[in-house]
Amino acid sequence: MTHSPSARQGRPRHATAPDGQARASARLRPWWVAAALVVLLGSLLAGLLTGAADIPVPGVVLQAVDWLPFVSADHGLTPVEQGVLVELRLPRVLIAAVVGGLLAVAGAGYQGVFRNPLADPYLLGAAAGAGLTVTLAIVLIGGDAGAALVPPMAFGGAVGGVFLAYALGHTARRGGTATLVLAGVAVTSFLTSIQTFVQQLKVEELQRIYAWILGDVGGGWEDLRLVAPYAAFAAVAMLLHGRMLDVLSVGDDEAVSLGVRATRVRLAVLLAASLATAAAVAVSGLIAFVGIVVPHLVRRLAGGSYRVVLPLSLIGGAAFLVLADLVARTMLAPAELPIGVVTAFVGAPFFVFVLRVTRRVDT
Amino acid sequence: MSMISVSGLTVTLDGRDVLRGVDLDVRRGGWLAMIGPNGAGKSTLLRTLAGVLDGQGEILIDGTPSAGLSPRRRARLVAFAPQTPALPPDMTVFDYALLGRTPYIRYLGRESRADREVTAGVLDRLDLGGFAARRLGHLSGGERQRVVIARALVQQAPVLLLDEPTTALDLGHQQQVLELVDRLRLADRLTVLSSLHDLSLAGQYADTMTLIAGGATVASGPPAQVLTEELIAAHFGATVKVAAGPDGRPHVHLMRGDR
Repeated sequence: MTHSPSARQGRPRHATAPDGQARASARLRPWWVAAALVVLLGSLLAGLLTGAADIPVPGVVLQAVDWLPFVSADHGLTPVEQGVLVELRLPRVLIAAVVGGLLAVAGAGYQGVFRNPLADPYLLGAAAGAGLTVTLAIVLIGGDAGAALVPPMAFGGAVGGVFLAYALGHTARRGGTATLVLAGVAVTSFLTSIQTFVQQLKVEELQRIYAWILGDVGGGWEDLRLVAPYAAFAAVAMLLHGRMLDVLSVGDDEAVSLGVRATRVRLAVLLAASLATAAAVAVSGLIAFVGIVVPHLVRRLAGGSYRVVLPLSLIGGAAFLVLADLVARTMLAPAELPIGVVTAFVGAPFFVFVLRVTRRVDT
Repeated sequence: MSMISVSGLTVTLDGRDVLRGVDLDVRRGGWLAMIGPNGAGKSTLLRTLAGVLDGQGEILIDGTPSAGLSPRRRARLVAFAPQTPALPPDMTVFDYALLGRTPYIRYLGRESRADREVTAGVLDRLDLGGFAARRLGHLSGGERQRVVIARALVQQAPVLLLDEPTTALDLGHQQQVLELVDRLRLADRLTVLSSLHDLSLAGQYADTMTLIAGGATVASGPPAQVLTEELIAAHFGATVKVAAGPDGRPHVHLMRGDR
């Protein structure tokens, strides 16, 4: 073909040579995972070290080492210091990690389903849908029963929000990466307005709702226990679909001609991503842009295959939100910024950047 | 023995009958070229055969009704290269070709060593071995078309559906791609169905041709029977001169209108 005859005789064996094949194929390299885990552990430790109470650094580090299985260390912390660490800081960094990981992996999933790098749980209306239904649970049902209903209500709302945005974007029939996001913004505004209306009906719950809307990861162990099963299920379901999302990336027609029921894959990933979003939203409120920033950075660093993007987004998102929470806690100390303010401050400019990059590819 | 047999196929899209009672028959190892004016329904026919669209009527693939096949089973029989394939720019040539193994992998499974070997073998055979690590976004038009064909071959299906495989290629690359398909067809006894807008080129490579116009089969048979001045004038609205080439195959020459 384009090779000269002599080149054809000395036919390159790259594809068949094992090392060449490893380079040619996007696979999750162990050192990427290791690097991401190091970053995550570093940010978790930084999160544990920072706070209003002055706890000695070596003590925290030794305590963290002591928590590791099969290792014990003498941390020398007072019971009060230990209490702050175990009851306040540890659950807080863990919730931030879980929420960040879920939002990032959900963002990556939505991006695969819609083949749209701008898809994000917040921008797609998933978060607003969950916000509305959770508000309804708090306002209309209230009390312990309402609190217990938060996770399923958030899930229903998240799925509903995404389907609304998708249906709206679909009827616009313009395709394009921006249409879906515009539809998501419209759905978000609409659902948020209903939510505002509902919360005004019951002003006495206002503070509770607001604290939740602005995003907060200080819920403690109870919150963590509440979402853990949903989070674990959603994350595993997402990670299992990496190969299928890669098949979808060549378009529906080809996916179908390759024997894949594209609609079914879409639906499965959509539900898993919405469950992840709902689990995140149920404990932390509405936090935007994690789902765009993290998967996009992963793509730039490690390639576009969803088998790589999904697991690294999970770990990277966890680290990202722990660090965002760290900034939120320390910027105006002793006062706290809502964590959503930090992610939006970083994420919105990033969104514009991704928009510019994808425009170039689109045209 | 016919590999693909279609009778009375009707496909309705958005309330419009795009295909109306199409019949066709391709023998095992044959090459059928579909020609016809724009919008005649060629792509629709190929997409229906690939299982992307549903239609009424009967499609037999190697004697089995297509409607009764699961998508995976069908994908092991029929490989499809669309006219404008979506090529994720960051995906490597190897990973793209490897997607052809999809019909052999369980829903949540992963590729086996054998799948990777088949893929590497096909890339080598198409002289794409050196491109394995190249990203799709960095390929030329001719390379891209070969990579799409590689993906279809990795599927190891006895039927190859090609929708306008030479679009956007220059003359030399058109010839290279069609020669490649013909070589593979003869070596592997593949059955090829392609739409081709270049009538002379279609007449050169296909052993049978079908002219589709307005969603229906207008003429079928060996190239000399389908590529006639009358049929082309009637269905393409073009004034042409058809002359037999040195190999006896018809060549179509476009004539300028009366002056």
